[in-house]
Amino acid sequence: MTNESGFSLSVNGRSRSVVDALPGESLLFVLRERLGLAGSKNACEEGECGSCTVRLDDETVCSCLVLAEAAAGRQVMTIEGLGSEGDLSDVQQAFLDAGAVQCGFCTPGLLMAIDALLENDPDPDDLTVREAISGNLCRCTGYGRILDAVDRAAEARQAEATP
Amino acid sequence: MTVVETGAETDDGTSVGPRIGENAPRPDGVPKVTGDFAFSSDLHHDRMLWGATLRSPHAAARIGGIDTSPALAMNGVHAVLTHADVPGSPTYGLEHRDQPVLAGDVVRYEGEPVAVVAADHPDTARRALAAIHVDWQPTEPLVDPALAETADPIHPDGNVIRRIHLRHGDQAAAQRDDLVSVEGTYEVGMQDQAFLGPESGMAVPDEDGGVDLYVATQWLHVDRDQVAACLDLPHEKVRLTLAGVGGAFGAREDLSLHVHLCLLALRSGRPVKMSYGREESFHGHVHRHPARMWYRHHATTDGDLVRVEAHLLLDGGAYASSSGAVIANATCFAAGPYMVPSVEIEGVVVRTDNPPCGAMRGFGAVQTCFAHEAQMDRLAAALDMDPVALRLRNALEPGDRLATGQVITGTLPVAEVIRACADHPSAAVGSDEPMARPGGAGRTADAEHVVRGEAVAVGFKNLMFSEGFDDSSAARCVLHHGVATITCACAEVGQGFVTLARQIAGEVLGVNEIVLAPVETTSIGSAGSTSASRQTWMSGGAVQLACETVRRELLAGLATTHGLPIDDLVMVDGRVRSLSGDLDLSLAELTAEPVEADVVHRHAPTSTLDADGQGDAHVSFAVSAHRAIVDVDPDLGLVKVVELTTAQDVGRVLHPLQALGQLEGGAAQGVGLAVMEEVQVANGRIRNASFTDYLIPTALDMPPLEVAALIEQPEPGAPFGAKGIGEPPSISSTAAVAAAVRDATGLDLPRVPVRPSDICLVANPESGEAA
Repeated sequence: MTNESGFSLSVNGRSRSVVDALPGESLLFVLRERLGLAGSKNACEEGECGSCTVRLDDETVCSCLVLAEAAAGRQVMTIEGLGSEGDLSDVQQAFLDAGAVQCGFCTPGLLMAIDALLENDPDPDDLTVREAISGNLCRCTGYGRILDAVDRAAEARQAEATP
Repeated sequence: MTVVETGAETDDGTSVGPRIGENAPRPDGVPKVTGDFAFSSDLHHDRMLWGATLRSPHAAARIGGIDTSPALAMNGVHAVLTHADVPGSPTYGLEHRDQPVLAGDVVRYEGEPVAVVAADHPDTARRALAAIHVDWQPTEPLVDPALAETADPIHPDGNVIRRIHLRHGDQAAAQRDDLVSVEGTYEVGMQDQAFLGPESGMAVPDEDGGVDLYVATQWLHVDRDQVAACLDLPHEKVRLTLAGVGGAFGAREDLSLHVHLCLLALRSGRPVKMSYGREESFHGHVHRHPARMWYRHHATTDGDLVRVEAHLLLDGGAYASSSGAVIANATCFAAGPYMVPSVEIEGVVVRTDNPPCGAMRGFGAVQTCFAHEAQMDRLAAALDMDPVALRLRNALEPGDRLATGQVITGTLPVAEVIRACADHPSAAVGSDEPMARPGGAGRTADAEHVVRGEAVAVGFKNLMFSEGFDDSSAARCVLHHGVATITCACAEVGQGFVTLARQIAGEVLGVNEIVLAPVETTSIGSAGSTSASRQTWMSGGAVQLACETVRRELLAGLATTHGLPIDDLVMVDGRVRSLSGDLDLSLAELTAEPVEADVVHRHAPTSTLDADGQGDAHVSFAVSAHRAIVDVDPDLGLVKVVELTTAQDVGRVLHPLQALGQLEGGAAQGVGLAVMEEVQVANGRIRNASFTDYLIPTALDMPPLEVAALIEQPEPGAPFGAKGIGEPPSISSTAAVAAAVRDATGLDLPRVPVRPSDICLVANPESGEAA
């Protein structure tokens, strides 16, 4: 029982058509297995770990909890859309500079969550940052370098904003 | 320690390659932040099928029969396999080949694989699993490890996996009436490694009848050997390539889906991909052994340890895995990093129908550290002594003997790490923020009741494999056109070996361009396991040796040609120069023809343990200390770890940021075991196989980690003097947090994780039924 007529998704500014998907497929599954965008990760498939975090319009969501077809008509942004072509975003660069990447499995989800945080709150205090990323589990880093990366990215973004 | 940012321009405008001691960039860093890095679960092949595994719903059962025909008849199903389809060895295992690839007539734990399918879609595969009929005949599971020794054997190999009876020194040493003695029984719950990247991989059948397996693992070659035996194929027809690894922490030492994938690919003739979900992952790998530990310490009234006695019982679960090595570590290090003249430890690891247990960061030393540190605090209280002073008084030093009789010949700065930690000023302050209270916003019953506690703990363990194991790593260095290509089968699991390998090559050869060849089994020999804090020493040492061999060969030739002493030649920034300044040659031109070296690096040999648990069984040791400051809400039993401070024996820091990452990450897993994490098993069945119910620390749970000191005492025999640093942070952190909760509450708390009920129902006996 596949959706033969298919539907289309707007992902990272591009319209992508999805055909032959089963009706129950999640946005995460469709991104990874049908659209070749494997940057969003699957580590729990129940919205606990944040590894699959994407933006749906202005909302930060776990793509494992969103039915793919329900994302039709909305703007989906994934990790693949975070930097501009060939250039890392400030948060991506900060992760490298701070040593926030170890195994890297949680990294895409965290980058999406932090990017959204800094867009809404350019200068968050420590507890705000911890709260904002508490839905993103990391098992390697103990979060220390990630918190440092958030500080670096916030500084970079403010420096950018202040000519 | 000078930190140089690599990639920066030097004064003369040339770029600098990675060097030892710098924060060199991770070569996999950019793809990991852009989402381009291919983890094992990201593999894709246009013709691929999806594999899935049917697992036992029972902890113990006989299998009357398996009918796979309804599944095979389904549209889109390409293969359904059972034990009858395993062509080679029906069992596998790291130490003992005792675990079935697919269970045949009996299952011994909940989640044991029974059948596997390959289908065109994950949903089809799941429906196919549901269509397989198994005639389950459940039996009474053996779930109490204390009964395992006397119960009927649940496996042909028996219920005792290993027993070690360690006796050291005068066994009558405590038979005096002027000693202070303290006794306690301690428990550690079952911890899960909870790596983020689930078990996954892809097998691709080859026209030659062989198979290529792309998989996340900690040790490709030992996997290859086991898989080949089960497939009844020669090694050269089973080729393993490391796929991107999403964390490991011990959970990828054993096989999981490896043989299943290969069987399905060979049967269906199609590439097959498999990726466990989180619930399946909890059943799909081994866990940290739960432990029950009885201890008795005897000391003089001045605080000198005289004798330590202990009985350790570890639950190995259904299959042996690495239980034998885990109980050896638990036993050898049971007394802690202290000078104890008389020791008797009986360590036993048994088989039950509980989930199989094996390797996890700290490997046996975590459990005993929790117990011996609780005992040291208890002894300090009995002696009316400061607990830090008691530890310093008894701290092991180089030249001392361990409980195994082995003399410590390398470095072991026990007193230094304790002192650094205890003396470090605390930055912890009280916070009025509700979010910072135990339990987070709005959950603390009464902020006025919150109490603070503080404690220090210290722990140690061995580095690398012990007990006479022939431990080695192979590496190749090819220097061609000035570019160094390094081949080594060391599994990068997130720890950053890929960075270190480039730093080592850059340091030895003075080159700036270093390429790491793909990690697989056909091009190079075994690197051994990415475990036991061993890869910096073993594979780092192999890369160093390979590069030094190339360097020597190149410089020896030049020295002869130019009539210069070899010691006058240096390799720096892609050039070979003489110290006199007469010679300045381009390395790219000198290596128009490749110069290469293949090496196998071994550490100093070790011996087995004798009947009394005595012997020079270990190569080297590392020690760490933690100080924990906690806030506790005694009304609700909630704990907030406010601050952690650590000092660690590292030999030498090779990469400051990666070192810090290991210290922080390891401490987080220690905090988890102290106050949050436990695989809850009831009558053999896991009750919390999800991240909803098995809680690992979030950014809100983790306190800042203060590094009081990295003690850099270069270790003889180690590359650049560097010790492995991955495990110690997980050893003393749990003990320190638990002790700080004791300090805050005045409770005994002989078990981790400390649960809310352990605090509030005991602290307020009038408010509940339990006391």
